[in-house]
Amino acid sequence: MGYTLAEKILMKNTGEKHLEPGNIVITHPDAYMMHDIYTSFLKRALNEMGVKKIKHPEKAVMFLDHLMPTNQATTDPEHYRDGIEIVRKYNIPNFHKGEGISHSLMHELRYARPGTVVTATDSHTTTYGGAGCFCTGIGHTEMAAALATDELWMKVPQAIKIVIDGELPQGVYAKDIILKILGDIKSDGGQYKSLEFTGSTVADLSMQARFTIANMALEAGAKCGLFEADEKTAEYYDMDYNEISWIKIDADANYEKILHYQAQELVPQLSCPQGVDNVHPIDEVKGVKINEVYIGSCTNGSLEDMEVAAKILEGKTIAPHLKLVVIPATNHVFKESMKRGYIQTFIKAGGMVTHPCCGLCCGQPYGLMSDGEVVLGTNNRNFIGRMGTKKSLIYLSSPAVAAASALTGVITDPR
Amino acid sequence: MEQKFSGKVWKLPDDVDTDTIIAGRHGVIVDKKEMGSHCLETLRPEFASTVKPGDILVAGKNFGCGSSREMAPESIAVHGVYCIVAKSFARIFFRNAINNGMLLIESEEIPAHCEEGDILTVEVNKQVTVNGKSFPIPKVPQNLFAIIQDGGLVNNTIKRMQQAEKEAM
Repeated sequence: MGYTLAEKILMKNTGEKHLEPGNIVITHPDAYMMHDIYTSFLKRALNEMGVKKIKHPEKAVMFLDHLMPTNQATTDPEHYRDGIEIVRKYNIPNFHKGEGISHSLMHELRYARPGTVVTATDSHTTTYGGAGCFCTGIGHTEMAAALATDELWMKVPQAIKIVIDGELPQGVYAKDIILKILGDIKSDGGQYKSLEFTGSTVADLSMQARFTIANMALEAGAKCGLFEADEKTAEYYDMDYNEISWIKIDADANYEKILHYQAQELVPQLSCPQGVDNVHPIDEVKGVKINEVYIGSCTNGSLEDMEVAAKILEGKTIAPHLKLVVIPATNHVFKESMKRGYIQTFIKAGGMVTHPCCGLCCGQPYGLMSDGEVVLGTNNRNFIGRMGTKKSLIYLSSPAVAAASALTGVITDPR
Repeated sequence: MEQKFSGKVWKLPDDVDTDTIIAGRHGVIVDKKEMGSHCLETLRPEFASTVKPGDILVAGKNFGCGSSREMAPESIAVHGVYCIVAKSFARIFFRNAINNGMLLIESEEIPAHCEEGDILTVEVNKQVTVNGKSFPIPKVPQNLFAIIQDGGLVNNTIKRMQQAEKEAM
């Protein structure tokens, strides 16, 4: 009898010999991640529960990334203080302040590892599924309870297998793949489910590209977005492949549905105002005037993403009316981008480069849009009012579309 | 939570996301009452000032999609609203709402058979009656029902930790 990736990883964590969708299991997560927006609430929940010590401080990781450096003086400093207080009180050794976006650091610093169960107080926790890690978001009260008990219940999810075969055309990227899928299955098409990606295209994707797709699986309502482990996964984690070769889809595993895509048929895609699943091929959207371009986020703020954008912008100047904000996802990405000259390229082109953080994506620290303004971002979500007032408009795309559009001031095909 | 209760319906559309329920910049407000005063501000500006304890939200599909922010259910619960009926719920919202002691009812039919201002009667784990018509509703799994009955995960965890301590002695 074969198993899905979600079933296999949950069986490994719980020691169960057999699991199937609908079973409720108690997991013992291998890592707990929390970040600054929720620290004050987490502290309150821990206090209300009377938690004096947490079971495994070494499994916990605290990041300050969403509110950096500050958005509102009336609220944000309290969240920093409470983050530091939690780390001190509960002896949490892993603490990262202003070093980059939590999700990008969770895999860059190898906290979230292949074949493990990870949870975090954030929806985009699905990101590390790119490395075959069963990871999913929870709220702050549940985090408090999980830290105290080292237990987290999970319902074994139904799974959808997404098979992508063939070679991606030039100018088409991982972001276009996941946007196309979201447009097809819609914002609730993966609700409570595990989306599991396989096929020759997926095997060819880099780790960063896999993280991009897993990151946005959540936008279909998915519990997780999982990739099989291969030699690339082993290399990224500096592990022996034999240790993780079990993270493979069984041929006779039980999938609720199987979707097939041919990579060579794909074109650049845009998620249009206002809903992530309102996806259109570039031909239907090109020419729309934009006021701001944002390149960054836990979806598309990697070194590869910086490279794609820099190659398009090199030696050129952005449209005169336009604001371009580039935010490398982590300090490592920032430093490497500097070494390779990407940051210099962005600045010469007329862009603004800011320090690694969540930036414009969560509508918190800066770059807010006002009524009628249009932003094109490489982030993951375009809900009404997320990046400014409720009458501002948000388009989402790959870094290539974003960079090409920054040059012209209108949505532009990078091919 | 009473086994049978009635409340006035607030009708909401499909895909009400967590940013719509409570915007990120308001979600950081630690005082629950003040935070709750911004609940559903862009979609239903009158909601926070006119909603009454015991009112019931009836929404379309994918209610609470988006962010993991628990302030979304909290900003609703702070008004004394403890029951939401929807065609479907986003998974993190579902967990968070239960952890705040709220009863969530998934039903394809009920949202199609009631309008804003109708009175809806819930018999827990049994049925919902509105406009003279009754609809069977799914049973809440036992582990989740225990959390709801304890009034949320805080009390439930205190109980569990006390239990674990007793067993260790």
